[in-house]
Amino acid sequence: MSNSKAIKVALVGNPNTGKTSLFNQLTGLNQKVGNYPGITVDKKVGVSQLPNNKKATILDLPGTYSINPTTLDENIVLRTLLDTKHEDYPDVIVVVADIENIKRNLLLYSQIKDLQIPTILAINMADQISRKGIEINLELLKKKLKTEVVLISARKNQGIEDLKGIIEKYQSLNTSPLANISNKIDAVYFSKMREDFPNIPLYKIWLYITQLEDFESLSDAQKENIKFYKKDREKLKKYQHKETIFRYQQINEVLKKAYYIDKNKATDLRAELDRILTHRIFGYVIFAMILILIFQSIFDWASVPMDFIDSFFGNLSVKTKQVLPPGMFTDLISEGVIPGIGGIVIFIPQIAILFLFVAILEETGYMSRVVFLMDKIMRRFGMSGKSVVPLVSGTACAIPAVMAARNISGWKERLITILVVPFTTCSARLPVYAIIIALIIPQQRILGIFSLQGLTLLTLYFLGFASALLSGFLLHKVLKIKSKSFFVIEMPNYKIPSIKNVFYTVVEKTKAFVFGAGKIILAISIILWFLASNGSKDFDNADEDFKGKAENMHLDSGAYQEQLASYKLENSYIGIMGKTIEPAIKPLGYDWKIGIALISSFAAREVFVGTLATIYSVGNDDENNTTIKQRMAAEINLETGKALFNFPVGMSLLVFYAFAMQCVSTLAIVKRETNSWKWPLLQLFGMGALAYIAAFLTYTVLV
Amino acid sequence: METTIAGLKVGEQGVIKDMSLENIPLSLLEMGCLPGENVELLQIAPLHDPLYIRVNGSHLAIRKETANQILITKKQ
Repeated sequence: MSNSKAIKVALVGNPNTGKTSLFNQLTGLNQKVGNYPGITVDKKVGVSQLPNNKKATILDLPGTYSINPTTLDENIVLRTLLDTKHEDYPDVIVVVADIENIKRNLLLYSQIKDLQIPTILAINMADQISRKGIEINLELLKKKLKTEVVLISARKNQGIEDLKGIIEKYQSLNTSPLANISNKIDAVYFSKMREDFPNIPLYKIWLYITQLEDFESLSDAQKENIKFYKKDREKLKKYQHKETIFRYQQINEVLKKAYYIDKNKATDLRAELDRILTHRIFGYVIFAMILILIFQSIFDWASVPMDFIDSFFGNLSVKTKQVLPPGMFTDLISEGVIPGIGGIVIFIPQIAILFLFVAILEETGYMSRVVFLMDKIMRRFGMSGKSVVPLVSGTACAIPAVMAARNISGWKERLITILVVPFTTCSARLPVYAIIIALIIPQQRILGIFSLQGLTLLTLYFLGFASALLSGFLLHKVLKIKSKSFFVIEMPNYKIPSIKNVFYTVVEKTKAFVFGAGKIILAISIILWFLASNGSKDFDNADEDFKGKAENMHLDSGAYQEQLASYKLENSYIGIMGKTIEPAIKPLGYDWKIGIALISSFAAREVFVGTLATIYSVGNDDENNTTIKQRMAAEINLETGKALFNFPVGMSLLVFYAFAMQCVSTLAIVKRETNSWKWPLLQLFGMGALAYIAAFLTYTVLV
Repeated sequence: METTIAGLKVGEQGVIKDMSLENIPLSLLEMGCLPGENVELLQIAPLHDPLYIRVNGSHLAIRKETANQILITKKQ
């Protein structure tokens, strides 16, 4: 059956109602993540098999407390449901409500129902009814709420078939509005509105008017008319408050008769856990311990699969070269595409582990407690408690971290979070740090326990967080942005995370990273390959020239190939670029070879190591010196005659990599998320200047 | 006794009387924080802000600046 005949279903609901569990139950693995046109919010769509051989496409809209949006994600709900020409405009809406918070959940239902789209109410966690001491009169609810109400338990897969049956017969649902807002607020005002827009449901018009943004789907005359209504914001705000109060009154009336909860059955577990987890000492200690656990896992657990991926793509590259006939195409595949894909895949273990933790912390309800604990602290640095998730995510990769900032409702707080996230030590910096630390920091132990190298790494992490907070503080003072940051968060009840939900979240987010950032990393890798494998005349004649030069060097074939490669690199476009920037980076202690590595690591920082590996295959006859580290250690500064990677140069490089914005993918994401080139350029030049000055000072002081 | 939510001590309750329309986000009302509703201060964050409240069946955390705008009658 084709998609056009499938019933379009939209899932709407408060966060923490189990909406995602229901989506997973309805669609199974038959789901995909796409993008809404023009915006970057992930769109989750899946297919569900209905009775009578019908199918439904299920759209999982972002969780929201109201149709009036406060964040970017919530705005999607409004846009999708208001615009009849929207590609995702549903045939039927399923509002998912949580049995315990039914009152608040019904507010959203009441708003949605007034859009006059067929709407079903699915009350989730029905398996808890007796345990929580709840009694519910389903028939009365159906009558009062003017639609079909179904009890489900998404986790236990109960009631799902009933729901599917109702979806299939959606055309027989009552579409009359629930709350007649006009009489209760200002009858004259609303009847004029009714006359001005005769054929649109009244509540839709009201939404067109009360939202700050404009809607393209309206005609020009309608837009003009809307503008007229929009003028008096004071009045609109007052009426919106009245509307909300009225809706709650109506809901209370319904629930008084149809819903009963025995308060004595409520457990104190939540209060107990809150007392510990938000305690003024234990709260922070527990959070710190969880952070350490996350970092530890990102590095420990991920190192095995990462080593495997590294060697797998390395071997694949070599094999491809052997199997395919030599030529331009083979080189592109083996030196451009395969390492490029490898450069993306290598991050999957760390990102998956990070998302695993974030998903578990969100599912359990713990994350809200962290936001609560950290809000006041983060506010001093221009951010919000909700900035903690992006900053922690930044230690794996800045890209998902920047995207995670969407939950922050205040624009200024969100912007500052996005701007400072790249300071946190992402995993791409790690290989760079690792090799330089190994070169310049002696393998000693302080007090017999702390490894000096380990402490250096820890200091670099600290430096990353500290510079993120400090620049947040500065931006907070400098940026003159007026944005009201209303901070209201729900503190959900604690829950045992559902393995299925966590699994789906990890898969979905990792996929989004691979296909989002991956494209850019791959493209840059190919460009770099081109720049490194093409060049001026000297490059084209390299094979001939080098033959002449190498005649009296007595190289075996392996060493010959290596030296030829580095001779070629020197004369390639990227080599020329490295030489061009040499005067600029000399004050930092770098030569043109490091310059090449700096340029090439702009795609992704970890490329630094690989590039140096190629460049420093020169100048050493000793066959035992084969690792990159040994090659780098043996490199001589031609002017001083001493080791090039001495302590000052190494420290200067560490500092440079700690601050510099060397990641095209992050810049691209920041551009998308802020919708302007201004902010990524500020990051690029601001962080670049900081890196340059700091590296210069480090080198000058130490040398 | 009249005060604001910020004037409550942990464990104390009140009934919401009025709120400054100007400074109260609609989203707070939509989450159940409405005039006439009972509100209890459950906890204060370690640095005295934000506040963790229960109102109308919802458990919410709000900042002190917002809590200051919500007038209540304290229950004895």
